[in-house]
Amino acid sequence: MKELNDLQLKVLDLLKEDARRTPALLSTLLGESEDKIKAAVAQLEQEHVIVKYATVVNWSKIDDEKVTALIEVQITPERGRGFEGIAERIYLYPQVKSVYLMSGAYDLLVEVEGGNLREVANFVSEKLSPIDSVLSTKTNFILKKYKQDGIIFEDHQEDNRLMISP
Amino acid sequence: MIVNEQTTGNNKTMSSYLAPLVKQIPPSGIRKFFDLVGDNKDIITLGVGEPDFVTPWHMREACVYSLERGMTSYTSNAGMPKLREAISSYLDTQFDTKYDPKDEIIVTVGGSEAIDLALRALIVPGDEILIPEPSYVAYSPIASIGGGIPVGVETYAKDQFKVTAEALEASITPKSKVVILCYPSNPTGAIMTYEDWLPIAEVIKKHDLIVIADEIYAELTYNQKHVSFASIPDMKDRTILVSGFSKAFAMTGWRIGYMCGHPELIAAMLKIHQYTVMCAPAMGQVAALEALTNGLGEKDRMVESYNQRRRLIVQGFRDIGLDCHEPQGAFYAFPSIQKTGLSSDLFAERLLTENKVAAVPGNVFGPQGEGFLRCSYATSVSQLNEALERIGNFVYKVQKEG
Repeated sequence: MKELNDLQLKVLDLLKEDARRTPALLSTLLGESEDKIKAAVAQLEQEHVIVKYATVVNWSKIDDEKVTALIEVQITPERGRGFEGIAERIYLYPQVKSVYLMSGAYDLLVEVEGGNLREVANFVSEKLSPIDSVLSTKTNFILKKYKQDGIIFEDHQEDNRLMISP
Repeated sequence: MIVNEQTTGNNKTMSSYLAPLVKQIPPSGIRKFFDLVGDNKDIITLGVGEPDFVTPWHMREACVYSLERGMTSYTSNAGMPKLREAISSYLDTQFDTKYDPKDEIIVTVGGSEAIDLALRALIVPGDEILIPEPSYVAYSPIASIGGGIPVGVETYAKDQFKVTAEALEASITPKSKVVILCYPSNPTGAIMTYEDWLPIAEVIKKHDLIVIADEIYAELTYNQKHVSFASIPDMKDRTILVSGFSKAFAMTGWRIGYMCGHPELIAAMLKIHQYTVMCAPAMGQVAALEALTNGLGEKDRMVESYNQRRRLIVQGFRDIGLDCHEPQGAFYAFPSIQKTGLSSDLFAERLLTENKVAAVPGNVFGPQGEGFLRCSYATSVSQLNEALERIGNFVYKVQKEG
């Protein structure tokens, strides 16, 4: 496990809120030199603590058909490799958005995105289920996303404060 | 019986029924800006004297749960014993001030009620109340209503608006009785360190004064921990400590504060409290207890966030070319606008109407605030950046005119 220093943790917090914050802004907000910020970010990137800067998209705004399913998958681990090999076989499909190894009643939680219901159903029946070590699948479609990765999709909290107060 | 002036034919107006001391209070200087802003959504406001966070969910939830359980009756006058115990141990651990929850603490309707209780209990008409300026706007009117005479103590930008023993001593007369010390300061963001306090304590002792220490912003200090005036040697008995949950825990609308002091003083103030409000709202007390029990982590996160924005706004003003001392507490920056040649009032009014940024002119906080602008940085980073850009454009425009 990597030990992060205080500055790196603060940089991570600020970038998680908004990945577009520039080193100059981070430097002002944290009261550290821009060089120090750049070095901290570079190290985080190099060590793959920061994996990628991506955009959180609310697809339901633009595409009614698009669906996401969380699929519970039970598998028999492979001798010597455990779950790694089978997880890789699954996550290499581009329509698979995330794969987690879980404790509990099933082994892998697979998030699959499709242009419509049928696409996801086809993926499960043609790609996922036929894998030898897959024992069973249970597909749960997501009906609405309220919050993802700490980001609320439709924030109803307004600023109700008086514009001027003592 | 109130007689209608038209039927009696005399010139008596309704306001003639008012007590002169109330009638003489000037209208708040903030009022005018409040009206100018209206509900214009294009305006970015740096005029808000409260956190931009909503009360953390677990505190709101604790209150909702207490309502579900039917906790809707009066609490004891001084506040729920559990809350007073929590306040007592919180003050001890955080600020090294020890108060007995039995008879040295009252839970009040915001820090505001505590100030009112303290002043009402202490003032004999004619007493002079010393108030370092620029100062929060409420002290002087409340002192006046009680027949006290507010006396401003000058503080200066060159001292980062700290109150000095010399200025305090210069304002003292035989009638001086109470000093109101609000540090961290609204509006200047000034703080007082242990070393800053010592000479003040000497003057207080020498002239046998009593202190109302409004430490509502105690949790909001940056780079160093707040030093309570009550923790200075020999000052505890001379100090009525006023604080509350509004600023530290983003609980302004709940109206929960508290005051601590010598049992004889607190007993007198409790009499006024019980006859005027009975007790602070029960549901707010529940949320406050939750804040002290489980909310210190959220509080620290909010303070860190203010600190980041504090650096942003100070840097922003300096980039624009306005002198801005580094505020060490609260969530206000207090830049000087003197080099624009405009008065505080005109600067704020033109900034609002021409470039759509609301801020509070420094003169509202007393004559010492003239030439300054109070800007709250309790607003989002993107709003702050936009506001700073607009202020920069405005200052540039004004300087070209000159």
